[in-house]
Amino acid sequence: MYETMVKSRAFEERIATAYFEGKSPVFNMANGPIPGEMHLSNGQEPCAVGVCAHLDAADFVTATHRPHHIAIAKGVDLDAMAAEIFGKKTGLSGGRGGHMHLFDARVNFACSGIIAQGMGPAVGAATAFKLRDEKRVAVAFIGEGAANQGAFHESLNLAAVWQAPVVFVIEDNGWGISVAKAQSTAVAHNDNRAASYGMPGHRVTGNDPAAIFAAAGEAIARARAGGGPSLIEIETSRLAGHFIGDAEGYRPAGEKDALFARDPIPALRGKLLGEKMMSEADDLVLVKRAESAVEQAIARARAAPFPAAAEAFDHVFA
Amino acid sequence: MTATATIRENRAKRNLTIAKAMAEALAQEMRRDPSVLVMGEDIAALGGVFGNTRGLLEEFGPARIRDTPISETAFIGAAVGMAAVGMRPVVELMFVDFFGVCMDAIYNMAAKNCYFSGGQANVPMVLMTSVGGGYGDAGQHSQCLYGTFAHLPGMKVVVPSNAYDAKGLMLGAIRDNNPVIFMFHKALQGMGWLGTVQGSINDVPEDDYVVPFGQAAIARAGKDVTIVGLGATVHLALDAAQELIAAGIEAEVVDLRSLVPLDRATVCASVTKTGRLLVVDEDYMSYGVSGEIIASVVEAGTVLKSPPRRIAFPDIPIPFSPTLERPALPSAEKIVAAVTALLRGGR
Repeated sequence: MYETMVKSRAFEERIATAYFEGKSPVFNMANGPIPGEMHLSNGQEPCAVGVCAHLDAADFVTATHRPHHIAIAKGVDLDAMAAEIFGKKTGLSGGRGGHMHLFDARVNFACSGIIAQGMGPAVGAATAFKLRDEKRVAVAFIGEGAANQGAFHESLNLAAVWQAPVVFVIEDNGWGISVAKAQSTAVAHNDNRAASYGMPGHRVTGNDPAAIFAAAGEAIARARAGGGPSLIEIETSRLAGHFIGDAEGYRPAGEKDALFARDPIPALRGKLLGEKMMSEADDLVLVKRAESAVEQAIARARAAPFPAAAEAFDHVFA
Repeated sequence: MTATATIRENRAKRNLTIAKAMAEALAQEMRRDPSVLVMGEDIAALGGVFGNTRGLLEEFGPARIRDTPISETAFIGAAVGMAAVGMRPVVELMFVDFFGVCMDAIYNMAAKNCYFSGGQANVPMVLMTSVGGGYGDAGQHSQCLYGTFAHLPGMKVVVPSNAYDAKGLMLGAIRDNNPVIFMFHKALQGMGWLGTVQGSINDVPEDDYVVPFGQAAIARAGKDVTIVGLGATVHLALDAAQELIAAGIEAEVVDLRSLVPLDRATVCASVTKTGRLLVVDEDYMSYGVSGEIIASVVEAGTVLKSPPRRIAFPDIPIPFSPTLERPALPSAEKIVAAVTALLRGGR
């Protein structure tokens, strides 16, 4: 889990650097090697690794507009993912989807740029698994802002009515773009909403991968054993703005400093070293390995050819 | 090729309604392919508000014939997920007018996942939905919205005008690896309470057959004018064509059958023959099917003897009162008048 978190962070750091190329002195979203919006997930890595550690390639995951950490934890091909983000022909979908629409059928990973809308497909995939008597599960990742969408409530209800083997994971970073959770959500904790639909709800605090791993393990095991859906809200932190270029004027003074002080990666590193589960040398090897995988993916993405304009017409239909 | 041309000789005719033809197609395909299931509101014990899933629950049981909560966002989204993992769900959106509550699942996921995934994630699902007015149900239960769905890339859109086509289009829709929007007109379903256009009830073979998408039918041959319709307006055009015979006018009626893909070639060939074009659409006039057909004919360089015309629903919400709604709908009388004007060469 630690290595995956490190890899995800390294990936996002390289993406952020590349994203800024060509976008200054005047910020223009269309310029540079990575056009469009870019939503980074750094700080939220524990949610992805803690949940996905219980999944294999056959399990189905839908992610959000902030998908990189989940994609990496689910085993999406790193080279093809990087190439997709750079809009290259060798990308997951040949540059048709980009960063908010990453699909890797090999590991049953999908995402969407529309809030809460991955939940219905997760219920459907889970229902199909149940119908076919397969021991597969589906997991829908959403942000805490998505809990106010109709799709959230409809999908929880449908999953409960059909007792689908699905786990809904809310990454609660406290901010729906620029609006604080307290200003947008009538209840303090969305896991309480699970009770409305007769399913277990669980809240994990502290952005702690071990606690997330434990809670997710229980929910996923229950789903796999035919025990139906669960909802987990995970307290996490968005270390970046909503998108790159977001000045974050809405954040209270000092909040970012406090978040960085609780950055989950150094925290886990300290814990692993402190508990002698990893040596400094192990850490160095592991970090180098993760960084080199990322460097290679980014370098390959940069070197890859762009798709020809005519390829825009492919894959509209199967 | 007319719909009846492929029906075998030496067989007793079996006239079915569109609703029964749809149910028969679903049952046949569910027997053949265990990955097919049907879900939606009131489709199980009730057999569908428009009758197109009658009898299926008894044969296939509640796991494959699933009544859903009134929760289109969730269950149409669920169909996308089922399709992603190898099922072939057929899902009903009871009235097309309800698309507003669930459009993301339809146009952002079902329609775009294939493209966004570079062909990795196909979405083989069918969305059945009822369209059409004329029975005083007002503007949230009477729209056609053909243009809305046909306008957005990534979905195939079919509109049967008769039972033979409904069965063949449904079998083709379920087997298609893409999302297919199957739009059935209420007045053609054969449900007594909605009135029934007799022409929609025709001979349906028990065989397994597919009506290919993108092949318009010549519902009636003629040489003086081409009338293009779809769904219910095909029958209005046929009625008008019958009346026009008395005036010595032979109208050719083209039934589009599918909007995506659209058979522009058959339309253009017909207009090349007749030199005159009238499009009849029950959907809203502006930015819709009627404009698309006329543009296609003009862009193809087809020589016209008089400017093309169209009859469509005016750009107003569909009103409730019969004295407001009925005059706004296309009718055989309007078609006769428009054709007569076309043949005089005027507007």
